[in-house]
Amino acid sequence: MADYMNLFIQAAFVENLALAFFLGMCTFLAISKRVETAFGLGLAVVVVQIITVPINHLIYALLLRKGALAWAGLPDVDLSFLGLVSYIGVIAALVQILEMTLDKYFPKLYNALGIFLPLITVNCAILGGTLFMVERHYTLGESVVFGFGSGFGWALALVGLAGIREKLKYSDVPVGLQGLGITFIIVGLMSLSFMGFSGIRL
Amino acid sequence: MNGARKVLIDPLVDNNPVTLQVLGICSALAVTTSLLPALLMCLALTSVAALSTAAISSIRNHIPNNIRIIVHMTIIASFVIVVDQMLRAYAFETSKQLSVFVGLIITNCIVLGRAEAFAMKNGVGMSFLDGLGNGLGYSAILIVVATVRELFGAGTLLGYRMLPLVSDGGWYEANGLMLLPPSAFFIIGLLIWAIRSWKQAQAEQPDYQIHEVHRTEVL
Repeated sequence: MADYMNLFIQAAFVENLALAFFLGMCTFLAISKRVETAFGLGLAVVVVQIITVPINHLIYALLLRKGALAWAGLPDVDLSFLGLVSYIGVIAALVQILEMTLDKYFPKLYNALGIFLPLITVNCAILGGTLFMVERHYTLGESVVFGFGSGFGWALALVGLAGIREKLKYSDVPVGLQGLGITFIIVGLMSLSFMGFSGIRL
Repeated sequence: MNGARKVLIDPLVDNNPVTLQVLGICSALAVTTSLLPALLMCLALTSVAALSTAAISSIRNHIPNNIRIIVHMTIIASFVIVVDQMLRAYAFETSKQLSVFVGLIITNCIVLGRAEAFAMKNGVGMSFLDGLGNGLGYSAILIVVATVRELFGAGTLLGYRMLPLVSDGGWYEANGLMLLPPSAFFIIGLLIWAIRSWKQAQAEQPDYQIHEVHRTEVL
């Protein structure tokens, strides 16, 4: 249990996908103007991340890994080069299914998340989470925790930045630095503060 | 030929995908701690961008509109796999350093954005040039950031010693912050400031303007 807690803290704070690995930056900067929309997108990312990382783990472990096809009588086949195209396919398909399910059964949630779901397919944080899971050889349990932690950390950073940017519009920023420039500087400062979590272990 | 040149040159400064359109920063910054992986990353992204926009443009009239994103993704992913395998074959050590970021070219918004915005409406040749130009615009930013970070963070460039470190009896005290993630954000922010001060037209207008009330207005 302590291992999982450590992994969660590691994924959410120390190795924050947005602030330490720069993943999902395009959406991160585009959707962080208002706290409400930021919260919606953050929630959508957490949900998708919890589902896609474990599913991609199963695909990697049962189909693609070297020797994974031993159950089909093909112990020497190594399909790991197909990884990228299968992961992105899984993510695109899952987002589509999630969108349709929400539309049918949870229309209220769909209205809140609807416009953000297509954005998630092209969010590097989602694919990045999967690729890190493969690279670090997580088990199934670890990949669930990692998916949740990394999605949560990304959402936290997004909502935090949106809060700062809402206040920022009242400040007097030099002309050339207005908008994108100052946002980058703020993200840099946030990234510095998140680094303060490094070294925390339970 | 003027049009083709504009398509190729425009994304370098005037319409840079990173600083003006805010695209493709995702994978860009993490590989910039030193120059060599950054150069390889530029090469990988530029070739993927140019080839995939050309490929998408050549079949643009056959792609059904409602599944176009998935078609784009598949084409881009195939090119990325080719590039990834090439890097592993010929530059194994550096490809280890790049780790997941080559794979993340698939979701790089520059590639997908150009496919959506340009390749679906223009011919193969122009789309190729557009992809190439945007790849180069991205490379320009990446190389500047990587040069600053490696030079001031480690005192080297491409592994060669430029500034002799104090620990080796030289005069330069290495700035460890440059090797940490936050510095990349600061450098890009300052770079945007510099470009927008140079090209005033790119500056954003503030959302709110605090109106200075003069004393006589109140009275």
